Amino acid sequence: MTRPLIFEISKPGRCATSLPGLDVPRADMPEELLRDDLKLPEVSEGDLIRHYTHLSQINYGVDSGFYPLGSCTMKHNPRINEAVARLPGFAHVHPYQDEETVQGALFLMYTLQELLKEIGGFAGVSLQPAAGAHGELTGVLIMRAYHIDRGDEERNVVLIPDSAHGTNPASTSMSGLEAVEIPSNEEGDVDLEALRAACEEHSDRLVGMMLTNPNTLGLFEKQVEEICHVVHEHGGLMYGDGANMNALLGIARPGDLGFDVLHYNLHKTFSTPHGGGGPGSGPVGVSETLVDFLPGPLVDIDQEKSEDDLPFFSLVKPAKTIGQVKAFYGHFGVMVRAYTYIRMLGPKGLRRVAEHAVLNANYLKQLLKDVYPLPHDRICMHEFVLAGPPEDVQEDGVHTMDVAKRLMDYGFHPPTVYFPLIVEEALMIEPTETESKDALEAFAEAMKQIVDEAREDPETLHEAPMKAPTRRLDEVKAARDLILRWQPSDEGD
Amino acid sequence: MLETIGVSSLEELFEDIPARARFPDLEIPPALSEMGARWELESLAEANLTAAEGSCFLGAGAYRHFVPAVVDAVISRGEFFTAYTPYQPEVSQGTLQAIFEYQTMICELTGMDVSNASHYDGATSTAEAVITAINVHRMRRKKVIMDRFVHPEYRNVVRTYTQGMGLEIVENGAGRLAAELLDKETACLIVQYPDFLGQFEDLTPLGEACQEVGALLIVVTDPIALALLKPPSAFGADIVTGDGQGLGLGLSFGGPYLGYFAANKKHVRRIAGRLVGQTEDAEGERGFVLTLSTREQHIRRERATSNICTNQGLMALATAVYMSALGKCGMRQVADLCYHKAHYAADEIDALDGFSVLKDKPFFKEFVVRCPKPVAEINRSMLDQRAIIGGYDLGEAYADMEDHMLLCVTEMNPRQEIDRLVQTLEEVTS
Repeated sequence: MTRPLIFEISKPGRCATSLPGLDVPRADMPEELLRDDLKLPEVSEGDLIRHYTHLSQINYGVDSGFYPLGSCTMKHNPRINEAVARLPGFAHVHPYQDEETVQGALFLMYTLQELLKEIGGFAGVSLQPAAGAHGELTGVLIMRAYHIDRGDEERNVVLIPDSAHGTNPASTSMSGLEAVEIPSNEEGDVDLEALRAACEEHSDRLVGMMLTNPNTLGLFEKQVEEICHVVHEHGGLMYGDGANMNALLGIARPGDLGFDVLHYNLHKTFSTPHGGGGPGSGPVGVSETLVDFLPGPLVDIDQEKSEDDLPFFSLVKPAKTIGQVKAFYGHFGVMVRAYTYIRMLGPKGLRRVAEHAVLNANYLKQLLKDVYPLPHDRICMHEFVLAGPPEDVQEDGVHTMDVAKRLMDYGFHPPTVYFPLIVEEALMIEPTETESKDALEAFAEAMKQIVDEAREDPETLHEAPMKAPTRRLDEVKAARDLILRWQPSDEGD
Repeated sequence: MLETIGVSSLEELFEDIPARARFPDLEIPPALSEMGARWELESLAEANLTAAEGSCFLGAGAYRHFVPAVVDAVISRGEFFTAYTPYQPEVSQGTLQAIFEYQTMICELTGMDVSNASHYDGATSTAEAVITAINVHRMRRKKVIMDRFVHPEYRNVVRTYTQGMGLEIVENGAGRLAAELLDKETACLIVQYPDFLGQFEDLTPLGEACQEVGALLIVVTDPIALALLKPPSAFGADIVTGDGQGLGLGLSFGGPYLGYFAANKKHVRRIAGRLVGQTEDAEGERGFVLTLSTREQHIRRERATSNICTNQGLMALATAVYMSALGKCGMRQVADLCYHKAHYAADEIDALDGFSVLKDKPFFKEFVVRCPKPVAEINRSMLDQRAIIGGYDLGEAYADMEDHMLLCVTEMNPRQEIDRLVQTLEEVTS
């Protein structure tokens, strides 16, 4: 049965809240500039709650079950984070209030900057970027500004491995720079010879390189120090895509490995909820030479206003800042959650996060590699990539997409599919540290059963999902018809 | 588990990492218990003055509006807030349908044909609108005119976003003066409605002037105002952006908020961001999916219309719940309350000795007051004496507006609070 839209249950005159009457005299209104045609739904509170409760019931979150979406770090979201972010002293504070009235909020931001600096091995952190891709744009603009500041205005090339997230080349283009692709070698690492050649070719124009480490195959880039060395030798800077930072907490600091800039994903590594697609938060950390270029405002201690044992926190703009990347100071509500997470784990807990994320990934990889082809068979970090179902099954027309859809019938969220692009039929699996051994084994069992099913009756898999809230959806039709909003029917009811 | 993997210790899993950098000692404080963390966070929260404790007349892009309880009830459901981008539509129909409904509501509010699934905030959606305008003109037009009464921080963000694109950004005019700068080199004109000073006017002349030279008209709006005022589509807007914070999101010290972005349908293939479209499943039932992803970074990479990936999904849900809860009548009622209360406050303040209210154009919920003393001084006294959070100091952003305060009044300010503000303004300046 087709589910109604909220507009389709609307009845004139209903309202799910009530507002006070007017307690001041009415003022004149410029009637010629007013409207009276606003068509929003009219529903009772009961109908509204049922509508959205029903929608939630046909949605799959980490709370619903195992969600091994590679590259996204779908770990459990601790509920203490939600509780503290809703404290009135955080939730009801205006961004333009006098600094004196928001010292608690500024303390939290300052401390989070310090914590992220220490965790990543950087000299400065800006909390302003709103998501990972936003952090990338910020980082690339910082690298660009650094070269221009040195009078090196011809530099416009950014090197990006072919295994990179699509956001890397897109962020580069948005910054007005040119992306040049570097191939991977058979081991899944950067092809060092190709990198050297590209650095030679573009030496005078090299802005830097964007590198995800662990890379999108889930492998730690073993040549990272050599890569940084080569890029630095040609005057370039190293950008780290921190999407996979969950594998490195307390294990290695990107700043120590040679990275000059890195964005963190608070919604991945630091347990803040993904929200059905945001809000995220993508703070950027930089080495000493780049601190002045950070977007601001940042939070710093104002020595003049501080007393001996009571620091006073102020919002400050870095000297050569690339400018603001969003209004106000960033996603403060997300920062509160990440701060709480780091405070509750401490240094040992953070390292345990990475250790268990890597342990879980390697264990699951081991359980699956005899059934699903594993193109890069070595110790992985927090995730790994399989090359789709076995060859004989693919020959029968069963592909990664069918496996993904069938997993829904077993009650699991599918992994990331068809990414990274360098592995055909890729299934990118990231279990995270918050899954138990039992959960990993149950998932592996389902993955194996799906291959058995495919061998018995390949057609069934094309029909999947059969038990999900909806059958397989026609994405081609959506792009062709392009219905992007609801329209009232002609009957006018 | 280690045995299955074939290693003898956890440490062995990390041998690919250069030994010199492996296992650093992180100098961060030791772990707190859940109770300890709660106490620490409570004490930090208590160190802030909330806009609810004092009376608050601060707006300037972040507004105190009433949030019905249903908003938090819905977005607190784990199936919504622990999900991610709905890449697998068959198990993400809740998020997808809610966003499709959100897109419809934003189209209704703005009068535009299409809305995307959200941006980080009003500033970044405005910057992405500028980039869309540049792309619509295939990079051949490099001039961008921003009305000087577009939010100062939004203008900052437009400049930051486009610093590598070699644009000429002109921002020294307002209203018709800004429109006079239009020429055949201009990609777009950006105006705010109501503007940063709270004032609004008929934008038809601007729309016509843009059309004459083929520039896009980008209108930044307050969604609460759109429950009362003619939508920007009536003036020929090509793209409408703004911040959805007022639609049930609370203040949260500046974020997370929501950037909305709505456009004329002829630009749909050039806009940024996720789009949810209607389709059918294998049995012909209506369902929803992400669509037109060939514009996006994960397909198009360096040729994508934007790099945006994670957006503000949960905030879009929250605003959709808010708009559903208030509905047609409730939204208008909120806008009416704001309008009349702001005008009452303005009239009372205008009658005080030494104060005068800027009244050359109609205004909505914010207005400009010329003060007899520096704004910072007045605000400090009001805060110290009455815990009143005063208005925004316009001198901070506009050199020619020293001693001018931008005050905001919403449905959250009862008459006695307004009267107390007026009385306090008089006391601290006499």
